[in-house]
Amino acid sequence: MTGNPARGEGGRVPGKLIVVEGVDGSGKSTQIRLLEKWLERLGLRVFFTEWNSSEAVREITSGGKKKELLTPTTFSLLHATDFADRYERKIYPLLRANYIVLCDRYIYTAYARDIVRGCQPGWVKKVYSFALKPDTTFYFRVPVETAMNRILTGRSRLKFYEAGMDLNLSSDSYESYRIFQGRIVEQYESMVRRERFTVIDATQNIETQQRLLREKVAPMLTPYLIKKKAGNVEAVEHGR
Amino acid sequence: MAAEMQAGSRCMNFYGDGIAYLRDLPVRGRFIVIEGPDGSGRSTQVEALTSRLESDGHAVLNTGLKRSELVAKGILRAKQSTPLGNKTMTLMYAADLADQIEHKIIPALEAGTIVVADRYIFTLMARSAVRGLGRKWLSSLFGFALVPDMVFYLDVTPSELFYRAFQKYSALDYYESGADMGVSGDLYESFIIYQKRIATQFRQMEKSYSMIRIDGNKTIEEVGAELQEKVGTFLGAL
Repeated sequence: MTGNPARGEGGRVPGKLIVVEGVDGSGKSTQIRLLEKWLERLGLRVFFTEWNSSEAVREITSGGKKKELLTPTTFSLLHATDFADRYERKIYPLLRANYIVLCDRYIYTAYARDIVRGCQPGWVKKVYSFALKPDTTFYFRVPVETAMNRILTGRSRLKFYEAGMDLNLSSDSYESYRIFQGRIVEQYESMVRRERFTVIDATQNIETQQRLLREKVAPMLTPYLIKKKAGNVEAVEHGR
Repeated sequence: MAAEMQAGSRCMNFYGDGIAYLRDLPVRGRFIVIEGPDGSGRSTQVEALTSRLESDGHAVLNTGLKRSELVAKGILRAKQSTPLGNKTMTLMYAADLADQIEHKIIPALEAGTIVVADRYIFTLMARSAVRGLGRKWLSSLFGFALVPDMVFYLDVTPSELFYRAFQKYSALDYYESGADMGVSGDLYESFIIYQKRIATQFRQMEKSYSMIRIDGNKTIEEVGAELQEKVGTFLGAL
């Protein structure tokens, strides 16, 4: 696989797929929302989707979480079901229709979490092998402590699976969360080169990070903007 | 390892990668699967085999598709609302099976129970394959599944299946007649084409998954006798 074009089992598509990845509290959701605002202002067709948001699947997953029924395998399969539903009905058809698709978390979240939970890496990758590779994946690198402080501000407790309590890392949920997030970070770091992540230093201020995102995305927009007026191209070049 | 194991116990065998964290668990029970389309007499045979095994003094657990605490209701709800994509549906059924394998089948096998499953991964693979999903993807996805000791396939000709289905329900099941695939506007034709394709999938899996094919066109008694004799021989030889 060379160059940018998104490829997978379905072959090439005209649209662009942009993904943000990183641990909770890395600031990735804020950044992708700001990117969406910018693309919308440029008058482009944008679709945003986030992890674990399929209506058909969410009830099952949240029921399983509430009752603490999930094992690493069922946890993985339900998230794969959620992803497949959004992929089959939204992401893939919209990429075919030349949309810019923005994903808050993508298959790399599954790779990281499922492998940390003890699923076989080869199996997890095969399950998600139908998914097109993104044109760009921004990885928000942040020290675990910083991310934790951001997440825990204004919250009194962590949820069971969120804290990785199913892994029996520690009986203290904060300690468990710290260890769990640390392992997720290790997984992300191991993917940086192989999956060609664009690493964003997420300790920088929000405006700086957003400028970096826009600079990276701008060249992808040329085909969309050819038919639009010159003023737009200028706005793209200046990331406004 | 051998020293810790009780008599008759052995490690579980999985088709591929998946539930790696359970690989070395010793089990003593046996796992029997009965596959076949609706109208093949499958459920009747599961029931007959179960009572036969119980009367012989074995503890038996029945399982099947859509019977997990985790996913079953979700599948039913999902089927009633917006039609889901093929990959989504397959993954949801896979989650249902994985939940049952981990929470019902494996604990039962550890306790020495005989598990009799009314359908298993083979139905799911056949259904998904005829709807265009890749064989390789399907077999690695179901790599988490436990290898059964015996897999029976009740083979019934499509026209006989149609007759039985209609006699029983006076209607045809939407998915079981492949109506979602749009192969034909004529429901009879659609049913026949669909069931033929499913049967072809089963034939292709027969060897690699060591399935025992039984002619399901015969009477309930004849099929039951053949099936129970084979199970009896297997259990007796242990």
